[in-house]
Amino acid sequence: MYRRHTFFGALWRHGILLVFLVFALFPIFWVISASFNPANTLVGQSLIPKVVSLDNYRELFTNQQHPIALWIKNSVIVSLITSALVVTMTSLAAYAFSRFRFKGRRTGLFISLLVQVFPQMLAAVAVYLLILNIGKLFPALGINTHAGLIMVYLGGAMGVNAWLMKGYFDTIPTSLEESAMIDGATPFQAFYMIILPLARPILAVVFLLQFIGTYSEFILASVLITSSSKYTLAVGLQLFIHDQYANRWGVFAAASVLGALPIVILFMFLQKYLVSGLTHGAVKG
Amino acid sequence: MDSDFKNGCDSVRGSILSKVLKGLGLAVLNVIVIWSALFLISHQSYVILALLLLGALIVNIVFILPGGYPFRYLLPATFFMFLLVVYPIVYTVYISLTNYGTGNILSKEQVIAQFEEKFVIDRDAESYAFEAYINDQGELAFLFTRPDGELLLGHKSTIDSVSLDDPKLEFLDDYILLEKRDLVRMTNELSAIGFDCGDGKQLRMRNVNSFAIYERQYVYEPNTDELVDLQTGIVYKPSNGYFQAADGTRLTPGFRTVIGLSNFRKLFTNRQITGPFARVFLWTVQWALLSVATTFAVGLFLAILLNDPYLRFRKAYRSLLILPYAIPAFISALIWRGLFNTEVGVINQILQATINSSVPWLQDPFWAKIALVILNLWLGFPYMMIICLGALQSIGSEMYEAAVVDGASSWQQFRYITIPLLMVSVAPLLVASFSFNFNNFSVIYLLTRGRPPIPGAQTPAGYTDILISYTYRLAFESGRGVDYGLASAVTLIIFLITGTITFFNFRFTGALEDVNKNV
Repeated sequence: MYRRHTFFGALWRHGILLVFLVFALFPIFWVISASFNPANTLVGQSLIPKVVSLDNYRELFTNQQHPIALWIKNSVIVSLITSALVVTMTSLAAYAFSRFRFKGRRTGLFISLLVQVFPQMLAAVAVYLLILNIGKLFPALGINTHAGLIMVYLGGAMGVNAWLMKGYFDTIPTSLEESAMIDGATPFQAFYMIILPLARPILAVVFLLQFIGTYSEFILASVLITSSSKYTLAVGLQLFIHDQYANRWGVFAAASVLGALPIVILFMFLQKYLVSGLTHGAVKG
Repeated sequence: MDSDFKNGCDSVRGSILSKVLKGLGLAVLNVIVIWSALFLISHQSYVILALLLLGALIVNIVFILPGGYPFRYLLPATFFMFLLVVYPIVYTVYISLTNYGTGNILSKEQVIAQFEEKFVIDRDAESYAFEAYINDQGELAFLFTRPDGELLLGHKSTIDSVSLDDPKLEFLDDYILLEKRDLVRMTNELSAIGFDCGDGKQLRMRNVNSFAIYERQYVYEPNTDELVDLQTGIVYKPSNGYFQAADGTRLTPGFRTVIGLSNFRKLFTNRQITGPFARVFLWTVQWALLSVATTFAVGLFLAILLNDPYLRFRKAYRSLLILPYAIPAFISALIWRGLFNTEVGVINQILQATINSSVPWLQDPFWAKIALVILNLWLGFPYMMIICLGALQSIGSEMYEAAVVDGASSWQQFRYITIPLLMVSVAPLLVASFSFNFNNFSVIYLLTRGRPPIPGAQTPAGYTDILISYTYRLAFESGRGVDYGLASAVTLIIFLITGTITFFNFRFTGALEDVNKNV
């Protein structure tokens, strides 16, 4: 289907690709440029700042009223713990769905998929009351704690994640585990020592998707977290910018750049696994 | 295979050490459960108690019964799924059948208690002058003077007749007299105080200068379930969440109660709700379709260009074009809100400089929708590009070679080989992307918040609201009060629609089939 290009063939192809490159990269350049521009306003910003300064970044660490650097740290901690726990629990569940034969296996997998379609954020009242009551029992898991928030996110360990992982486990031949079991390994040992190392790509994909999803969630976080010092970035950043683009643009841009960094870094590291994982059927969450 | 796993399970059951560990673990768990249960009973949290006991029962069954082995692996994930997804679903179903919302927040008991605490005063009731005293602990004592000169001591919710040199008054030595300004400051505290004087009458504060005899306005009859106005004799019976008189007069506040399917009926029959709801629904479907169509078209087009082995710099193009996908969507949406800003945004600056006009991006319904589609295209085309590239690379070159031998044109190859084979693997992802965008709350909420508003709507609805953002505002953000009942009903409709799509998507694409057929 593809042929060597003529001069004009190459020209229009690169022309179109450059148009899309501008579309994809312009907002990113614009924000990076604004973050180094000390003017701190949208008005009259140029693509290349005339003066370069780190004032906006300094503001992230020094502003007491809007501790944006702290919010980024909170987001990273909450997302890291959530994703690690989700990957652990999901891989256990997916192993059972993939390797054991038991009553209700297919129904269970399907129901867990279906149930996850429910928009959990719209049941924020139920979630709030639940966490409030759990907090009476275990104050460490109550309202305005990161542990309570993480627990709420763990509800997503089943569903698409488990289905994605089960699909990957299914493609790993069982012969390796069988021989391990003949040598006396328990199913759990077979899972832990054989399946998990082989399934590293899908573990990475689920980790990445869960991390991005948790990092970006702001409705439940804004309901459950009440004090400014415990906000996640997704909650804090929109409260910070709230239509004040004219006079907070520079600091906001710096916060965007710094706040996007954890995801971009993770993305760069795990990108090679992403194509195979995504074609298995995930949607950015 | 199955039998090997069974043998494996047997060996687990055989090990003494694992048995002991299992027993110990279960014992510790059960102790924690019992301790928590006692605590919950003392706090009267019976719903959570029931959930806790059910969970503990399941854990014990799974670990004690032999067939439970596979379920041990499922337990952690299932536990959190039930607690934080299934329980909220059940709760939502219940709320959708109630009138829970502004005006009907409290339970019936709380509302009755409120009415029973309402007092009325006769216009010609006599005033009692008073002095209020307070001690170090904040306890209050009152000396009242009746118009006929009788002196009364009010202390710890009882009143007694006293004389000035009464020994009963000696305790007041530890108290200090409250000044007028203290009384003003403490008005709220003071007006909650009432001294019973029989016949449902109470001595209560009238103003900072005097107390007076008040009469209870309502009394609740538990046997007949009626609220009686003692002044007028009108009987109010509970009806649809309000105490209602025979002539239809309602007392406010109302209480929370089950009203059946009224919320669902309202969505389809109440014209002020149906109009905006239908509009929101239509835009939701348009939005999801537009999002999938635009991102897929651009993603596929770029994938075809980038899949070309004769193209130079394809790796560089690919890594750069993927970048929007690596930025968290909430940050991108907030950035674009700044770019689209009508007065100072860069997009309007460029339009101003080139074609000398600007666009009311977030104020005009049409342009707000365009802005949303542009933003979602930016967010979504890299994803489509990635999956299309993956799918294109899995199509073998033999197909095209055979087609070339048969004399097929490039377009024919694309139309009859690329598209059908691509669709096999990509179609389920497009459906999933449709249901994702159907519920794509953050993009709508962060860019337009559903605005501009539809004028004259009874519920808060905007031109760019999709069902999920409409419901969110219904439940949490309306300036005219919230309506959890109606919001829960819409939530269930959303769940039904996306659930159905998911069901057919997985059913017909065979996604649930086992990939490895020899398992």
